[in-house]
Amino acid sequence: MRQIVESELPNLLANILGSSPVGPLERHVGLAYKCTKQIVEFFESVIHNDWDKAASLRADIARLEHQADDVKKNIRLNLPKSLFMPVPREDLLELLLVQDNMANRAKDVSGIVMGREMQIPPPIADEFLKLVHCSVDAAKQARKSVRELDDLFTSGFRGAEVTLVSQLIEDLDKIETQTDDQEVVVRAALFAIESELEPVNVIFLYQVIGLIGEIADMAERVGRRLELLLSH
Amino acid sequence: MEAQFVYIGLAAVFGVFMAWGIGANDVANAMATSVGSKALTIRQAILVAAIFEFLGAVLAGGEVTSTIRKGIVDADLLAGSPELVIYGMLAALLAGATWLFVASKNGWPVSTTHSIVGAIVGFAAVGVGIDAVQWGKVVTIVISWVVSPLTAGFISFLIYGSVQRLILTRRNPLQRAKRYVPVYIFFSAFTITLVTILKGLKHVGLTISATNSYLLALALALGIALIGAIGIRRIKADPKADKKQHFHTVERVFAILMVVTACGMAFAHGSNDVANAIGPLAAVISIAHSGVIGAKSALPVWVLALGGAGIVIGLATYGRHVIATVGEKITQLTPSRGFAAELAAATTIVVASGTGMPISTTHTLVGALLGVGLARGIEAIDLRVVGRVLASWIITIPAGAVLAIVFFWLFKMILP
Repeated sequence: MRQIVESELPNLLANILGSSPVGPLERHVGLAYKCTKQIVEFFESVIHNDWDKAASLRADIARLEHQADDVKKNIRLNLPKSLFMPVPREDLLELLLVQDNMANRAKDVSGIVMGREMQIPPPIADEFLKLVHCSVDAAKQARKSVRELDDLFTSGFRGAEVTLVSQLIEDLDKIETQTDDQEVVVRAALFAIESELEPVNVIFLYQVIGLIGEIADMAERVGRRLELLLSH
Repeated sequence: MEAQFVYIGLAAVFGVFMAWGIGANDVANAMATSVGSKALTIRQAILVAAIFEFLGAVLAGGEVTSTIRKGIVDADLLAGSPELVIYGMLAALLAGATWLFVASKNGWPVSTTHSIVGAIVGFAAVGVGIDAVQWGKVVTIVISWVVSPLTAGFISFLIYGSVQRLILTRRNPLQRAKRYVPVYIFFSAFTITLVTILKGLKHVGLTISATNSYLLALALALGIALIGAIGIRRIKADPKADKKQHFHTVERVFAILMVVTACGMAFAHGSNDVANAIGPLAAVISIAHSGVIGAKSALPVWVLALGGAGIVIGLATYGRHVIATVGEKITQLTPSRGFAAELAAATTIVVASGTGMPISTTHTLVGALLGVGLARGIEAIDLRVVGRVLASWIITIPAGAVLAIVFFWLFKMILP
C-alpha cells in the first residue's frame, strides 16, 4: 500500500492548482533589483580608481544577473498555455522580460566600464553618481510595485489594492522623469568638457550614460506592464 | 448455513479494505485544502477528519449506503437466486479496491464512487441480465455526477464573489474581515447542520420535526459562530508580514473559518463515501441473514460505524503522509479561497448524501475550485489536469465494470 501513497494519486489536487507564477515573479524582481543596486558601489569604486573592488562588484553583478536568468527560465518553463489565470499569460511573460532587462542593462554597463577601465572625468563625477542613484531608485520602485502582485491576485485585480498600485506606478513615473532630467544634466556637463578628453572615451562615456538612463526606462516599462495587468 | 459466515466475513474484509483505501487516499483531498492553507496542522487535520468522517459516516451515510445496497440492483428479479447478489457485491468490492490500487499506481485520477457504481452495474447487467439493473436510478446517479461539480462551482463562485466584494477589494479589509467572517461561520455551520438534520438522521433512528430541525441548526450555528468570533477577536495585525492591505492577517481571520469548513468537508466526505465500502457489505449481510434480498430491511448502524472506523484507520495510517504531500504543494490556496471551495463542496455533498445520491467528492471539490477560479480567485489552474479528470470518467466506469464481471464469474465458480 505504501506504493499507492507515494504515487501520484492525490496529487490531482496539487496538479490542478498549477504552479503559480506570482511567487517566482516577485522573487525575480528582487534578484533583478539586487543586481542593479550593485552599480552604485561599482561606480563609486570606479570614481575612486579602486579597480580591484570594481572587479569583484562586477563579478557580483554578473552572478546575480545569472541567478535572475535561471528564475526567468523556470517561470517560462512552468507557464504552459493550459494554465487558466485571471490575467493573460502573455502579459505576465512581458512583465518578466522588462524586469529582466533592468538587470541586463546593469550587467552591460558594468561590463563596458570594466573592460575599458573607464575613467569618469572628475568634473562630472558628482552629477554622474546622482544619475546612478536616480536610476537605481527607479528600479527599487519597480520592485516595490511588482511585489504587490500577490495582493493584486488576492483582490482579484479590483478595488483598493488597484488604487494602491496605481499610485506606486505614478511615483515610478515621477522618478523616471527625474532620471531623464538628470541624464540631460550629465550629458550637458560632459559636452562642456568633451573637447579636452580623448574622443573614443567620450563616445563610450555617452554610451554608458545612456545605458544607466535605460535602467530607469526599463523600470518605467515594468510599471507600464503592471498597469496593463490592472486594466483587466 | 456455514456459507453465511464465509460471505459476511469476505464482504467485511473487502469492505474494510475498501474503507481503508478511501481513508488513505480520498480523505486527503478533503483535508489537504485546510493543511495547504495552514489553517490546520497535519495533526489537527487528522484529528478533525477522524472525528467528523466517522460522524458523517454514521449520522449521514445511511441514504447513500441504501442506494448502493439496493437501489441499483433490482431486488425482485433476483429473489430466486439471492446468492448471485452476494457474489456480485463481493465482486464489486474487490473490483473497486483493485481499481483503486491500479489507478493510483499509475497516477490516474480515480473516483471510488464511479468505480463501485460501475462495478455494480457491470456485474448486474452482464453477470445476471440487463433487466437486473434499475436503469432509471442509474441514470439519475450519472446525472448527479454531472450536476454536483457544476453546482459546487456555482456556489463557490457566488461565495468567493461575495468575499471579494465585501472584504478583499475594500480599503480596510482587516476590519471588514473581522466583522463579516463570523457571519460566514454562522452560515457554514447552519447550512451543513441543517441539511444533515433534515435529511440525514433517519438511519440513526432520530426523527426531529421540521421546526425543531431549523431551531437546532440555528442554535448550533450561533454557538459555533460565537466561538469563532472570540477566536477572531484575539487576532492582532502583524505589521511585518502585512503590507498596506493587511492581507496576511486577513487570511489568518479566514483560517478560523476554514476550521469550520474543514469539519464540514470531512463530515460530508464521510457521509457520501462510506457507502462505497459499506453498501455492498450491507447488501451481503442482509441477504446472507435472511436468504432474501431484503429490500425492506433496515440498515444496521454498526455497519456504518465499521465503515467509518475503516476510513479513520486508513486516514491515520497512510492518510497523514498523503495529506502532508498534497498540502505542501497547494500553497496558493489561501484560507479565503479554500473556505469558499470547501463550503460549496461540503454543502453539495451533504445534500447529495441526504438525497441518497452517491457522488464523487473529489470531482465536486474540483468543480468548487474551478468556481473560485472563475471568480478570479485562483492564481493558476492547470486545465490539462481538469481534462484528465474528465477523461478518467470514461475509463473508470468500464474498468470497474469489467473487473467486477471477472470477479463475479470467479466467485460463482469458487464459492459455495
